[in-house]
Amino acid sequence: MALGLATAVLAVAQAWLLATAISSAFMGGADLSNLRTTLAALAVVLAARAGIAWAQEWVARRCSASIKSSLRMHLLRHVATNLPGLESGRASGEVVALATRGLDALDAYFGRYLPQVVLAVVVPVVVVACLATADLVATLTVALTLPLIPFFMALIGSATVSLRKRRWEALARLSGHFLDVVAGLPTLRVFGRSGAQLERLERVTDEYRRENMATLRVAFLSAFALELAATLSVAMVAVGVGLRLVDGLMPLQTGLFVLILAPEAYLPLRQLGASYHASEEGLTAAGRVFAIIEVTDASESRGRSRHRRGGRGVPAPVLVAAASGRVSGGGAVPEMAGAEVRIEGVTVKQPGRGLEAPFEASLVVKPGQVVAIAGPSGIGKSTLIDVVLGLRTADSGSVRIATADGRSVAVESLDREAWHRHVAWVPQHPYCFPGTVADNVRLAAPDATDAAVRDAMDAVGLDDLEVGARIGEGGSGISSGQRRRIGVARALIKDAEVLILDEPTAGLDAASEATVLAAVADFARSRNRAVLLVAHRPAALAIADCVVSINARSAVPA
Amino acid sequence: MTALWRVALMGRPLFGRMALAVLAGVAAAGAAIGLTATSAWLISRAAERPPVLYLMVAITAVRAFGISRGVFRYAERLASHDAAFRVLSRLRGRAYARLERLAPAGLAEFRSGDLLARLVEDVDGLADLWLRVLIPYSIALVTVTVAVAAVWLLVPAAAIALGASLLFVAVVVPIFTIRVAHRGERHIAGARGELAAATVEVLAGAPELLVAGATEARLADLAAIDRRLAAAESQTAAGSGLGALLSGLAGGAAIWVGLLAGIAALRGGSIEGVALAVVALTPIAVHEAVTGLVPASQHLPGLAAMAGRLLDITSRPDPVAEPVVPAPLPAGPYGLRCRGLRARYCPEDPDALVMPDIELRPGERLLMTGPSGSGKSTFAAILVRFLEPSAGTVELVGSDRSVDIRSLSGDDVRRLICLCAQDPHIFDTSIGENVRLARPGATDAELLAALSAAQLDGWIESLPDGLATMVGEHGARLSGGQRQRLSLARALLAGAPVIVFDEPTEHLDEGMAGSLVADLLSATAGRTVIMITHRPELVGSTTWATRVELGAGQAIEAASL
Repeated sequence: MALGLATAVLAVAQAWLLATAISSAFMGGADLSNLRTTLAALAVVLAARAGIAWAQEWVARRCSASIKSSLRMHLLRHVATNLPGLESGRASGEVVALATRGLDALDAYFGRYLPQVVLAVVVPVVVVACLATADLVATLTVALTLPLIPFFMALIGSATVSLRKRRWEALARLSGHFLDVVAGLPTLRVFGRSGAQLERLERVTDEYRRENMATLRVAFLSAFALELAATLSVAMVAVGVGLRLVDGLMPLQTGLFVLILAPEAYLPLRQLGASYHASEEGLTAAGRVFAIIEVTDASESRGRSRHRRGGRGVPAPVLVAAASGRVSGGGAVPEMAGAEVRIEGVTVKQPGRGLEAPFEASLVVKPGQVVAIAGPSGIGKSTLIDVVLGLRTADSGSVRIATADGRSVAVESLDREAWHRHVAWVPQHPYCFPGTVADNVRLAAPDATDAAVRDAMDAVGLDDLEVGARIGEGGSGISSGQRRRIGVARALIKDAEVLILDEPTAGLDAASEATVLAAVADFARSRNRAVLLVAHRPAALAIADCVVSINARSAVPA
Repeated sequence: MTALWRVALMGRPLFGRMALAVLAGVAAAGAAIGLTATSAWLISRAAERPPVLYLMVAITAVRAFGISRGVFRYAERLASHDAAFRVLSRLRGRAYARLERLAPAGLAEFRSGDLLARLVEDVDGLADLWLRVLIPYSIALVTVTVAVAAVWLLVPAAAIALGASLLFVAVVVPIFTIRVAHRGERHIAGARGELAAATVEVLAGAPELLVAGATEARLADLAAIDRRLAAAESQTAAGSGLGALLSGLAGGAAIWVGLLAGIAALRGGSIEGVALAVVALTPIAVHEAVTGLVPASQHLPGLAAMAGRLLDITSRPDPVAEPVVPAPLPAGPYGLRCRGLRARYCPEDPDALVMPDIELRPGERLLMTGPSGSGKSTFAAILVRFLEPSAGTVELVGSDRSVDIRSLSGDDVRRLICLCAQDPHIFDTSIGENVRLARPGATDAELLAALSAAQLDGWIESLPDGLATMVGEHGARLSGGQRQRLSLARALLAGAPVIVFDEPTEHLDEGMAGSLVADLLSATAGRTVIMITHRPELVGSTTWATRVELGAGQAIEAASL
C-alpha cells in the first residue's frame, strides 16, 4: 500500500517536472543551466520509480514464498492423514505436482497480480486528485471514464466466465486425448490404426480452434473496451486541453502536466488486464489445493457423521485434526487381550465400476488364529482390509471388536489413531523411505532395540541383509522381495493384537515364502494374536486355520 | 537456442498469418506512440495560440489514434491466437507422425507415463513460442525501429539515447533476468528435488504410515525440507525484481536524455519549440510498447528446454528399417521359422535374446517360458517388426513360398501376426470402441463373440450401459484382470492367422487363468499361436507342439514333442 502510494506520488512529480522543464524551455527560453535543479530532481524521480518497482517485486516474492510453504504443508498433511485417493482412485501424481511445481504459479499471482491490484486502486485516485488542481474539465473526463473500465471488465467478464471455463476444460480434454493416443501408440500400431489417428488428431485440434476462436472473439471484447476507454479519453483530454490553450484559458505548463499525467491514471488498470493471465494460473493452482481439501472434507463428514459427529460445517483444520485423532471424539479402544475381530456383512460400493466389492463379507478372527481371505482379483479383498483398518467406511455392515468380557464395539466408532496402535498391517507394496534398514523396520515401533530388529529380520529370512544397510530414494538398494519382507518384519515388531497381511509372499521364491509364512504362523500361535491374511498361493492358504471366500455383486441399477 | 529456432521453422507455412498478426500489432503500438507524439505537438502548437483551423489536422489525428489503437489491438489478439492454434495443430501432427514411427522400441525410456505426459505437455506448451515470444518481439522490433528513425529526424542525440535504452530493455535485461532466474533456480533446485522425492514417498506410503502411527514423524521431516525451500526462495527474491529495476532505469534515462538533448537542440536552433514536447514525451510511449518483452522473454529458457526434449525424440533414427519395395505376401495358411535369431538393444549390450531355431507349421502352438529378462517380450517385438534382430531371420512360411519378414512392410506383417502385449493400452473411451479398434468394421455380434471368448460377456451384460460403458483414463474403472481380458478380446477380434499372447494370465488368479487359457486356445483353433508366460503351470500341457525355455541371455532348450 505504501509502495502503491509512492508510485502514484512519483508519477505526479515526474509529470510536473517534465511539464515545467518543457514549458520553460519552449515558452520561457530557459537553457540547460537555468533548469539544472528541475532536471536533477527529474533524474531522482525517474530513478526512484525504478527502485519502487524493484522493491514491490521483492516484497511480493518473499510473501509468496511463505504463503506457498504454508499452503503446501496444509495440503500434504491433509492428504497424508485423510487419504482422499483411497476411494476416488485419484493419482498421487497430481498432489505431488501441485505441492512442488504447481504452487509456483502463485509467484506470478503474488508477484505481479496483487501489487497491480493495489496500484489500480491507489494510483487513479491520487492522479485524479492532482489533475483536479490543474484542470477541472480534464479531471471530469478522466474521472467519468475511469469507472467505465472496471464496469466493462466486469460486464463482459461475467458473460464470458462460463465460456472461458468451458474453453479450459476443452483444452484439458484435448491434451488428454493427445496423451491417450500417444500412450497407446504401440497398441494402435499392432492393429494398424496409428495412421488413421493422425488425421483425427489434426481434425480434433482444428475443430477446437474454430470453437475457441468464437469464444475468444467475445472474450477479447473486454480488453478492447478497456483499451478504447483508456486511449480515447486521453485523446479527448489532449484535444480539450489544446482548445483551451488556444483560447488562452490555461498556461502551457498546466496543459503539458495534464497531458502527461492523464495516461498514468489508466496505466495500472491496463496492466491489471495484462496480468490477468498470471492471476488465473495462480488461482487455478490455489483452487486445486482447496478442491482436494474440500472434497475430502465433504466425504469425511458424509461418511463419519452417521457414526461420530455432525461433521458438516466444521472448518477444514478442525476436520484434519479430528481425522488424525488429536481431537477427542472417537471412542476409546476396549481391552484387546483375547478380543475377536468380527466382520459382519460388509459391503462397499465401487464408484464407477458398477460393482459392490466386497458384497456382504463376513468372518471372525480369534486370537491365535490365522484366517485367510481368498477370492479372484477385483473382488474387494484390499477394500475389505481398508474397512477393517478404518481407512474406508462400509456402505453396509460393520467391523466389530468383541472383547473377552462380552462387549462389542464397531471399529468406525473408535478413535482412529488409538485403533491403529492395536493393529499392524503389511500392504501389498510396503513403504520404504530413504534411511537404514533398521529405521525402516522400526517405523511403527521407534523404541525397538537393535537386537529386536535383528530378530524380526531373521524371522522373515532377511539374515543376509545388514541392519545398517542404506535404502535409497524410491526403495533403491533392496529387491522387491526384500522390501516385502521388511514390511512383514516391521509389522511383527509392532507386536499388535491384530495383524493384517495383504499378499505378503507374492513374488517370493518358495523357500523365502515358507520362512515368512512360518514366522507369521508362529506369531499368531505363540503370542496369541489374531491374523488376517489375503493370499492366492496354496502355500499361504496352507498355514490358515480357515479360508474364507468373499464375493462381489454387480450393483443394481438405480 | 538452435532447438528453438528449428521448432520455430516448423511454423513456416503459417508465416503469412503471423505476419498479419504482427502488422495489426505494429499498427496498435504505432497508434499509441502516434497519440502521444501528436498530442504533444497539438498542445505545444496550441500554446502559440494560432487560429483553430491550423490545429484541425492534429486534432483529427489525435482522435483517430485514440480510436484505432484499441481496434488494432483487438485484431492483433485474434490473429495471433488463431495462428498459435494452427501451429499447435501442426506441432501435434509433426510430433505424432514421428512418434508413430518410433513407438514402441524407439521410446523405451518413455514407458513411464510421467515422461510421456511431459512430452505431450512440451508439444502443447511450444505454441507459446509464437504467442508469447516471436509475435510480440516482431511487433516491438518494427515499431521501435520506425519510432527511433522518426525521432532521429528531429534530434539525433535523443534518438541514440532512445535506441540504446530500447536495446537494453529488449535484449540485455531479458538475458540478465534469465541468468538471475537460472541462478536462483539452481539455488532452490536441491531443496525442491528433495521435497518432491520425499512427497512422493510419503504419499505412496500414506495409508501404511497412518496405521503405523508414523505420519506425524514423516510430515515433520517434510516440513523441515519445506522450510529450507521457503528460505532459499526468499533469498532469490531480491534478484527477481532486478529486471523491473533495470528497465525502469533505462526508460527513465531515455526520457531524461531526450529532454536534455531536446532543450540543447532548441537552444542550438536545430528544432522548433513545438517539437520539444514531441522529443521529450515520445520515449514514454515507446518504452511502454516494449514493457511486455521482459516477462515474455522469461518463457524462453522453459521453451528452449521443451524444444530440446522434443527434437531429441524426433531426431532419433527409425528403430526398424522398412523395405524400399515391400515383397508381396505369400498365400496362407501361415507358419513361422526362426533361424539363429538374436537381439540386443544397444550394440555394446549383451544379447537380450538368444533364440533356438524353431519351425511352427500352420495351426501349431508354441509355449515360450523363462524368467523375466530372458527375452520373451523381445521375441514378441521382433515378430511384429517393432524391433530389428541383431542376427538371424524370422520367416513367414506360406503355402507357396516363405519370406523373411524384413522384406515385408511392417503393416503387412502386423496384419498377419497380432500381438497381445503384456501392458496393453486401454483408451479413454467405451468398452466397445476399445475392442472395435482391432477391426473398425466389426458388428456388435462379432464384438460380443470376441468378448465372450475372453470371458467378459457376463460382466458386460451386468453393466447398465453394456458395451457403451466408459472405461476411464487408462481403463482406471476396470480391474487389472478386466483390462487384460479386454485386450485379449481385442486380439481375438483382429482375426490375424498368427497370434502372440504375451503373459495373458498376468493379474489373474490361478482358477481364472486356467479357464481363460483354455478358452483362448479353443477360440484360436486353427490359428498359429505363440504363448509367452513365466507361469507355465497355468497354461496346461497338452496342446503345445513346441516348447521353448529361454534362460537369462541364452536359450536353454527347444524340444519338439
